[in-house]
Amino acid sequence: MPIFSYLAMPKSGAKEVLCADLAALSNCEVIPSDNQEVVVLVTDTPDETTEDKLQKSLNNLQSLQSLSLAFGYDDQEKQ
Amino acid sequence: MKLNRRRFLKYAAASSAVATAGALFPGVSFGNWQNLTNNSGIISWQKAPCRFCGTGCGVLVGVSDGRAVAVKGDPNCSVNKGLCCMKGYHSVQMLYGKDRITTAKVRKNGEMVEVPIKEALDLVAEKLQETKDKHGKDSVAIYGSGQWTIPDGYVASKLFKGCLGTNNVEANARLCMASAVTGFMTSFGIDEPMGCYEDMDHANVFITWGNNMAEMHPVLFSRMLANRKRRTNVTVIDFATRSTRTSQAADKSILFRPQTDLAVANAICYEIIKNDWVNWNFVNEHVSFHKGKTNIGYGTEDHFAFKDKAESINFEEYKLFLEDYTPEKVEKISGVSARDIKYMAALYGDPSLKVTSFWCMGMNQHTRGTWINNLVYNIHLLVGKISTPGNSPFSLTGQPSACGTVREVGTLTHKLPHGVVMKEHHREMAAEIWDVPVSNIDPKPTYHTVEMFRALDRGDIKFIWIQVTNPMVTMPNLRRYRDGALKDGRFVVVSDVYPTPTTDVADVILPAALWVEQEGMFGNSERRTQHFAEIVKPPGEAMSDTWQIIEVAKRLGFEKQFPWTQDDYIGKIWEEYRKFHAGPKHEMASYKVLKERSGVQWPFVNGKETRWRFNPKYDPACTNGKEFDFYGKKDNRAWIWARPYEPAAESPDSEYNFWLNTGRVIEHWHTGSMTRRIPVLHNAVPSSYVELNPEDAAELGVVNGEMVKIISRRGEVTMPAQIKGRGVPPRGMVFVPFFDESYLINEVTLDAFCPISKQADYKKCAVRLEKA
Ligand code: SF4
Repeated sequence: MPIFSYLAMPKSGAKEVLCADLAALSNCEVIPSDNQEVVVLVTDTPDETTEDKLQKSLNNLQSLQSLSLAFGYDDQEKQ
Repeated sequence: MKLNRRRFLKYAAASSAVATAGALFPGVSFGNWQNLTNNSGIISWQKAPCRFCGTGCGVLVGVSDGRAVAVKGDPNCSVNKGLCCMKGYHSVQMLYGKDRITTAKVRKNGEMVEVPIKEALDLVAEKLQETKDKHGKDSVAIYGSGQWTIPDGYVASKLFKGCLGTNNVEANARLCMASAVTGFMTSFGIDEPMGCYEDMDHANVFITWGNNMAEMHPVLFSRMLANRKRRTNVTVIDFATRSTRTSQAADKSILFRPQTDLAVANAICYEIIKNDWVNWNFVNEHVSFHKGKTNIGYGTEDHFAFKDKAESINFEEYKLFLEDYTPEKVEKISGVSARDIKYMAALYGDPSLKVTSFWCMGMNQHTRGTWINNLVYNIHLLVGKISTPGNSPFSLTGQPSACGTVREVGTLTHKLPHGVVMKEHHREMAAEIWDVPVSNIDPKPTYHTVEMFRALDRGDIKFIWIQVTNPMVTMPNLRRYRDGALKDGRFVVVSDVYPTPTTDVADVILPAALWVEQEGMFGNSERRTQHFAEIVKPPGEAMSDTWQIIEVAKRLGFEKQFPWTQDDYIGKIWEEYRKFHAGPKHEMASYKVLKERSGVQWPFVNGKETRWRFNPKYDPACTNGKEFDFYGKKDNRAWIWARPYEPAAESPDSEYNFWLNTGRVIEHWHTGSMTRRIPVLHNAVPSSYVELNPEDAAELGVVNGEMVKIISRRGEVTMPAQIKGRGVPPRGMVFVPFFDESYLINEVTLDAFCPISKQADYKKCAVRLEKA
């Protein structure tokens, strides 16, 4: 049951599109910056299969320039 | 409960990303984010300094069900004002790695066997006593760290120097800060920076001298960038030997050839004098001129000894000395254009600009480390830009308590908590506070770090206790010292939290409490002492390093000197230690005050912290009635030193034609024994690599990820290439991060050191490359 947070950088001028794209995906919470071209993305997936699917969808987003991981938590890691 | 916990974790994840964004984009705001002001009902937050770098960020550790589950920047801490870097944010996860050492182990018939910690401590005491009786007091040693808490270092020094009578006490800060100390001592007669982080809010020009702050001191770096964004007149110059994230963010990046910072610093002084930018009022009142010995060697041979001798010179002699360092001459040595040298000199020389110089390992891990520290002070002293807000030559520390524990407690062979073993009145003071006969304290220093491990190899030291550090990854010319530690007749005790190459050579492993699993204090780069409570319980039989030493001391019969109980020992130790620093030059805050605040700067006099030393507006120790009082030196002046450029111990030649430079990356702490167990950090940079210049890589025929063999006169290591990664070395240089024990780059490095500070140079040796 992993939880991750990322800094998502939109392609030039595409912040709003990126926010909409990310918000449309399941298991995603989006926190846009109100003064810079950066978006915080928090993902919370119930299992690995869903996580893999989500990763694929993220990779396919046209509005996304780069994604850098800021925080990762996985129940299995901690037991 | 489960839902709450999950909600909390998502909050922690978001807050981490928001903080990371804050570090990358100064002034960024996330108006829609509902910062959880308190907690979700399952959390308590308690203050602590971050476990990692010498910045000393204040953090709040979130605890749920007795487990540390989250970290956030402490908004009440003036260091970071709520920010954190990725290491700080993820730090609690280091407490819970699967292979945490929770029980003691001793070597029996060649195998490490688990035993109750009491039995292991009995064995440590017995072996220590037996070795001392058989081979003399100087056959036993303790080697600690700038990650020792202040009480750890204090009881180590008290036991070994005060009770056992040996000066065989050293710490890894010798390898990271010793040149800064000798720089301060020779220029000012007293250790540690005169300024504080607030300088960043006043300076117009920042010059980073061989200091990749963006990765090594990221929170300070973002504070600097935030200032640049907020104020229109701020310039950042990165002066370095390779391009890094700091160079990318700077307004100007100037590259110099390794070791030639000495020549450039002198050229800047030459220009300042030539253009009459000297602040004569300041120089005439507060500065004196000196020279020392030259051709001072490199310490690569056993028993190397050197003692500098200061001679007074006058300004004219100093000016004559600088004739060798015209910008045009220095351009040829350093590769820095005369124009750039003049540009930097003009920034330092412009009376309307406030200038802060930052440095860390680039200047300290240098075979002329003391000299380059002196030379940067020379620049600031000639123009009088010192000890006032924004005008600051600022030596940053690498470790969280290199200042607090090693420099202030004095856990180095020649030091005592106040002063040095060589001085009778310092020994008398220590003997009185420690309640030991003064004759116990030996007036002769023994071994500095490199020589201590040489002594272990030679067999002069037969018992060594290593705490909170991993020398079997970090010693330069490593193979000699690892082979030495494994020789017959050596007894090695290691206190640590995870298995490392150092626990691999141990005869006894003691499970140590980590960070907030114990009470303690750290001291950061800006003279700030930071207390933390035991926030969570240590696992299994893990015990604080302080208490391990106390247990052994009691077994050796020193109950009188170590009378404390586990309930109150930290407070009692602090109040005893604080007596060493009584007086306006170094007064420390009481235990009670430290517990209440998120860090207190010393000198702490009449309830007030001292932000700028040597300036009577801020520093109560100033008594001369003048604008500044450099009271560390007997002549009440700061010293300018004529120090020449001398080459590195080993430079590239036709056989070994590359410079090897080593260092760190933002994700990992030192040898990675903690950060490599934090999944996010480990996944970000899972293994080390060698950075190559793209043209050198093309010539060698390697592409990203292909294996390269790095060979020196001492050893070789084969590792993947990184080309156009986060750092780009110039042609003829490679850079390797040392965090990864699978690639022991220190088998390749050279154990040459600064003859004055005895700090090793990890930034320069000669290697050749082969495509593997
Ligand atoms: S900058 Fe240093 S002290 Fe601050 S959070 Fe990062 S590692 Fe910790």
